[in-house]
Amino acid sequence: MDLNLLSRVSAYEWHIPQKGKMRVPGIIYADESLIRDMDLKVYEQVVNVATLPGIVQASFAMPDAHWGYGFPIGGVAAFDPQQDGVVSAGGVGFDISCGVRALYTGLRADDITPVKEKLADLLFAQVPAGVGSTGRLHLKPKEMDDMLAGGAQWAVQRGYGTVKDLPHIEEHGCMTGAKPAYVSDQAKKRQQDEMGTLGSGNHYLEIQEVVETYHDPLSEKLGIHSGDILVSIHCGSRGLGHQIGTEYLKKMVVAASQYGITLPDRELACAPIDSPLGQEYLGAMRAAINCALANREIVTHLVRQAFSEIFPQTSLPLLYDVSHNTCKMEEHQIGGRSRRVFVHRKGATRAFGPGHAAIPADLQAFGQPVLIGGTMGTASYLLVGTKEGMGLAYGSACHGAGRSMSRHQATRQWKGQRVIQELGARGILIRSPSARGVAEEAPGAYKDVTAVVDAAEQAHLARKVAKMRPLICIKG
Amino acid sequence: MGIRGFGITKPQAFEQAALALTAVMTDPQQVDPQMERHFTCDAPDDELLLVDWLNALIYEMACGHMVFGRFDVTITDHHLKAIAHGEPVDRKKHEPAVEIKGATYTELSVRQIEGNGWVAQCVVDV
Repeated sequence: MDLNLLSRVSAYEWHIPQKGKMRVPGIIYADESLIRDMDLKVYEQVVNVATLPGIVQASFAMPDAHWGYGFPIGGVAAFDPQQDGVVSAGGVGFDISCGVRALYTGLRADDITPVKEKLADLLFAQVPAGVGSTGRLHLKPKEMDDMLAGGAQWAVQRGYGTVKDLPHIEEHGCMTGAKPAYVSDQAKKRQQDEMGTLGSGNHYLEIQEVVETYHDPLSEKLGIHSGDILVSIHCGSRGLGHQIGTEYLKKMVVAASQYGITLPDRELACAPIDSPLGQEYLGAMRAAINCALANREIVTHLVRQAFSEIFPQTSLPLLYDVSHNTCKMEEHQIGGRSRRVFVHRKGATRAFGPGHAAIPADLQAFGQPVLIGGTMGTASYLLVGTKEGMGLAYGSACHGAGRSMSRHQATRQWKGQRVIQELGARGILIRSPSARGVAEEAPGAYKDVTAVVDAAEQAHLARKVAKMRPLICIKG
Repeated sequence: MGIRGFGITKPQAFEQAALALTAVMTDPQQVDPQMERHFTCDAPDDELLLVDWLNALIYEMACGHMVFGRFDVTITDHHLKAIAHGEPVDRKKHEPAVEIKGATYTELSVRQIEGNGWVAQCVVDV
């Protein structure tokens, strides 16, 4: 992206001045190098989002922003229903409530080394991953509706996960306002065999070692020490979310003119929040959030089962679970007063600061944990939200490294087996049903996650707690 | 990931776009046409018709655990009828790399090109 298009406010905050049909300015949080590497499409998409009805304050982009569908990936925007604000299916995306959770293990790196191969094989056998994989749980229609209404709370009631997990999941594991009736039979059918599965693409299950901690009192208080082993799970609402995204995107494209909405890009398809279509989408999208929360809870149960075969004393308590493709109604201080807005985070993580009521009591003092997934060859990060971040982009931060190369380019540059061998030589075990899938996810196909996380911290969006490197990666 | 189909006719471009869809997931040459599935789609314009056609295939690939390697498409006005030939996904044989979430409206275009022919394209989310 050409820096001349932007107005520099600080080394980590850049503005796109309001012009043309923009209702608000654009704001990008990133350093100069990250912005130079961003596609010009990110600029266009930030501008396009700024034209949507009822947008409040600004159209934001996080440090990992890259070209998405309608909204940039790494885009954040809030809409006020009292100002004809909209909800956008494109602003949430296809993988509704895709997210990351981290589990403590109480183990150290030395505990893993002698059993690494065995643990990798157990996890790969236990957790369904890849195209066409199915879970062991097959939901009947009534069970499907109960799951869509209950989320992780439903999963716990069914014996997957524990009650202790729930406070450490956004929305206490259950998104209120879910309306299973607004989820089509096709979407439910697409999900009926996919509960408790990882999926494919950039989704993963990793065993990670903490290799660096920051702001030591903070990491200590969160129980994170160098050499600790964590489990990280990255997956979403699977086929159900994909189908809801597909169906409502089309409905909103077709209905836009009826609502008097001019779309600069059809992918920005949206409907007024208070319209029947807007309310239907919100009900279905919230049901998909519950599906994702239930799915990660079931995968967690499977991971715990695998660990118990080697480490029967471990319980793997949940550190936190965050989603990064959502639209949520939240209260924020805007222009000196509290306003209720619908915050879209597409490829962006909620990152509420210390003291926020949505954070569980034991984490109130530190801020909400923010989990940033890296690649299978580099690193992931744990951060926490900041008080300053609440006033920047509604308490939001980046979500990952972001691709720097297409999947096609990656397969021309790397072979899957070679990637697996090279990572193996560095002590990282990969288990995947698809060598081509591994090539497409080669670490070199992604941006530098450390640069992204550093920019997020320097911009005061979130604060670094720990850096983790992968030891085992189960790839879909 | 972007997919693009070229054809002498519009239906051929739609067939080639479907083939490109398969190529996102696996090598189309590894797919045997053992079974067929029938599809019909209606849309207000060609571009929405392309998205509907691709999403119908994606749905069948996901729910029917199918992969397709050959397509016969006819289009009258904005009404599409198609037969897709393929087989159930075999993870060893097809080594599917990634599942496709949906066809998007990004870079969506169905148009005639110079020198007689059609192109049908869009980005699919994986």
